[in-house]
Amino acid sequence: MSLTVFAMTGASLVGLGIYGLLALPQLLRRIISFNLIGSGLFLFLGAAGARGEAVDAVPQALIITGIVVALAASALAVGLVVALARRSGLVVLPDEANPR
Amino acid sequence: MTALVIVLALPLAGALAVIALPVRAAVPVALSATALTALSALVLAASVWQGGPVTLMVGGWQPPLGIALQADGLAAALIVMSALVVGAVAMAAWFEMAAARAGPRAAFGFWPLMLLLWGALNAVYVSRDLFNLYVGLELLSLAAVALVAISGTAQALVAALRYMIFALAGSLLYLAGVVLVYAGHGTLDIGLLSARSPAPGDALALGLMTAGLLAKTALFPFHVWLPPAHASAPAPASALLSALVPKASFLILIRLWFEAMPELASTAALLMLAGLGAIAVIWGGVLALVQSRLKLIVAYSTVAQLGYMFLVFPLAGGDGSAQPWAAGAWTGAMFQALSHGLAKAAMFLVAGICIAAVGSDRLGDLRGLARALPMTGFAFALAAITLMGLPPSGGFTAKYLLMTSAFAAGQWPWALVLAGGGLLAAAYLYRPLAALFTRDARLPVHPVARAWQGVPLALAALAVLLGLLSAAPFDLLQIGRPEPAVEGL
Amino acid sequence: MSLALDLALCGLILCVALGAVVGRGVFRSVIFFITYGLLLAIGWARLGAKDVALAEAAIGAGLTGVLLLTAHGRLRRMSVERAPRVGPNPMAATTGIAVALALGWAWFALPAPTAPDLAAALPLTGMGNPVTGVLLHFRAWDTLLESIVLLAALLGVWMLARDVDWHAPLGLRYHARPGGVLASFGRLLPPIGLSFGSYLVWAGADGTGGAFQGGTVLAAVVLVAMMAGVLPPPRVAQGGLRAALVVGPGVFLLSGLLAVALGMGFLTLPPAVAKPATLIIEVALTVSIAVTLAVLVIGPPDDKEPVR
Repeated sequence: MSLTVFAMTGASLVGLGIYGLLALPQLLRRIISFNLIGSGLFLFLGAAGARGEAVDAVPQALIITGIVVALAASALAVGLVVALARRSGLVVLPDEANPR
Repeated sequence: MTALVIVLALPLAGALAVIALPVRAAVPVALSATALTALSALVLAASVWQGGPVTLMVGGWQPPLGIALQADGLAAALIVMSALVVGAVAMAAWFEMAAARAGPRAAFGFWPLMLLLWGALNAVYVSRDLFNLYVGLELLSLAAVALVAISGTAQALVAALRYMIFALAGSLLYLAGVVLVYAGHGTLDIGLLSARSPAPGDALALGLMTAGLLAKTALFPFHVWLPPAHASAPAPASALLSALVPKASFLILIRLWFEAMPELASTAALLMLAGLGAIAVIWGGVLALVQSRLKLIVAYSTVAQLGYMFLVFPLAGGDGSAQPWAAGAWTGAMFQALSHGLAKAAMFLVAGICIAAVGSDRLGDLRGLARALPMTGFAFALAAITLMGLPPSGGFTAKYLLMTSAFAAGQWPWALVLAGGGLLAAAYLYRPLAALFTRDARLPVHPVARAWQGVPLALAALAVLLGLLSAAPFDLLQIGRPEPAVEGL
Repeated sequence: MSLALDLALCGLILCVALGAVVGRGVFRSVIFFITYGLLLAIGWARLGAKDVALAEAAIGAGLTGVLLLTAHGRLRRMSVERAPRVGPNPMAATTGIAVALALGWAWFALPAPTAPDLAAALPLTGMGNPVTGVLLHFRAWDTLLESIVLLAALLGVWMLARDVDWHAPLGLRYHARPGGVLASFGRLLPPIGLSFGSYLVWAGADGTGGAFQGGTVLAAVVLVAMMAGVLPPPRVAQGGLRAALVVGPGVFLLSGLLAVALGMGFLTLPPAVAKPATLIIEVALTVSIAVTLAVLVIGPPDDKEPVR
């Protein structure tokens, strides 16, 4: 039962992240949203891997790999955001500066 | 097998060496790693040609525990094409990315990023493990985004950020599918998955993975990031990004729809994929027609040319896979991937030479350039022949195979798309050709080394040769081609 | 009881995640996100995944948090345009809810769990901790590529430097007051962090820990030391820095190639030498991960903030 709770939390986090990604123009918030989607998926996977009588170690290894990859992507994305801001003063992508 | 290991490991080892060694060693190390890897790519293709698919269990562990790698004919063909493109790009970059021209920062970063991108491509081409493919795709995307940002302008940063957002969203959608696959089947291996017992969540997993890969392949309507990104990068980087990077995610789509889960390929889904491809062919062509900068024309042309590859889905996928025309359609789409790679890389390298010669790639500034740089003008014309699909080029073979399959299958609308796309390509490539070959030169031309000019010419010639000598690549592509008609019985 | 605990924990996780997405102000968003990472780490511990819990706390909450906080601070000082406020977006909400519902449905449609049989193969690796066994043996190719992904990200971040700054030290200068908290912290933390990080690597073979978790702790030590001015930030051209960046993936890749040369196949570690060889690879990886993560967070070479 607890596993279902974690899996549903994971699914909701993915939905929340997708909302943030689509609705928020501020680039740092979009990076946060990406991380919510990623960790939501991992939570789902982790809960699925814990269903058997013994906890499956493969998902845990995949998740650790995924967390490191997500950090690498976040670091480059954050770097791009800061570099764009100092070069042009923008914190959103140009043609999305005006709310629809 | 050793050739496969070298093709995978040497670009990565080369990148590590370039980072670790002093700056003056970077170019010699990168060029020798490139040459040795390219040589191994040819050896690998020869051994696939002679002995069938080459398989490697990493660490000696069999799936589902370990990761299986396999070079079949398609992977070997893509590895060789990539090696040719990277080899040419490295030669051009020797001139173009020199510290004196590009600055010490770009001159340092280009070489390891090029090698990492190449290593990631080769890793993706041969991987049979869905999560390993995710890691490979991330390496590919990060290296590609970095190559877009390398030119450092605000415009390039905006393009890189938009690329990053699409690439990350695509990765996460793909990852969502991978998570569902592992949760449902306890394996990530494509071979084991093809023999799995179906689960209700499979269609959702395939849909999520496909959506993510479409975003990465820049298929319409996910194409908006591609033209600014490919046009903002330095020309050798653009050549890598446009010619090679979208082929990796396309190949994973092929692996999923033809090998891992062919039974889920419903007619409606296949028609939708090809329909988006058809729109991309037309819409990309129309947008290429209205651009005034050479690099943007070439970049929008990529949007159009990638669209053709998606015609493979209804012609050779699902129920169509058992039909006699399936082999032609499948091979035609792969020929398109190969010939577009060679021709598109040639075009971007031409654009780089133009910028070096007159300091701009606006069509108005390129007028009469072919008189001063005839080899470069000729290279662009040869590459254009392939993209227009005129005989005897590789692009012609590709479109001819696709068109005959479309007629054989009774799906004639695709033939209209092929014909219309060819006409559009002729139209959007006529403008730069007319500018290059006009008689009145506009701007003073800086001299460009002949060796540099020869690089795109060689690539464009290879794209034409692919059509002239199509028998050998045709046979290579058949090795290990999935034939569900046989397996399904 | 434990179900109630998990329900409360998950409710809390969702609340702080919601705060990170829709809360007012980016700064609050970041703080919510860091809290989220820490709560999630507790969730992982509840799921029995201690290695993941460590990685999430150290990398997901810790380093990503520092990264976002630093970036937010710099954006604020640059007096950039403020992002426009946006109202609720029904399209985005529909998409998000649809995907969440689809995943929720998929959970209840999952077939009975199947997992690869690790128990038989694990003894051949010499590892007592199955997670480390998977990371460094069964899926060694993933882990090797992953360590190189970090390097690709770092190259990307360095490419964001301005050409005039290329030969400057990495990152912005921090000015820690000599007697201040940061300076004392910078002297106090390194020995503690160094021991804890090394312990995590060592323990990873059989218990909880591993190269990535240990490397992250060490990266934090390097970061604090640099911010406190104890350790001068390096320059891109510095040979020692560059060697440290590649030693991990380099040793890993060379060991894989050595196995090929000995006729054993790529990335194969024969059982006889599996344990010591893994330890050597892990130590090298830890060094590279620690240095790469630290300089990744510090940012590209930078002389000073431009005045706009």
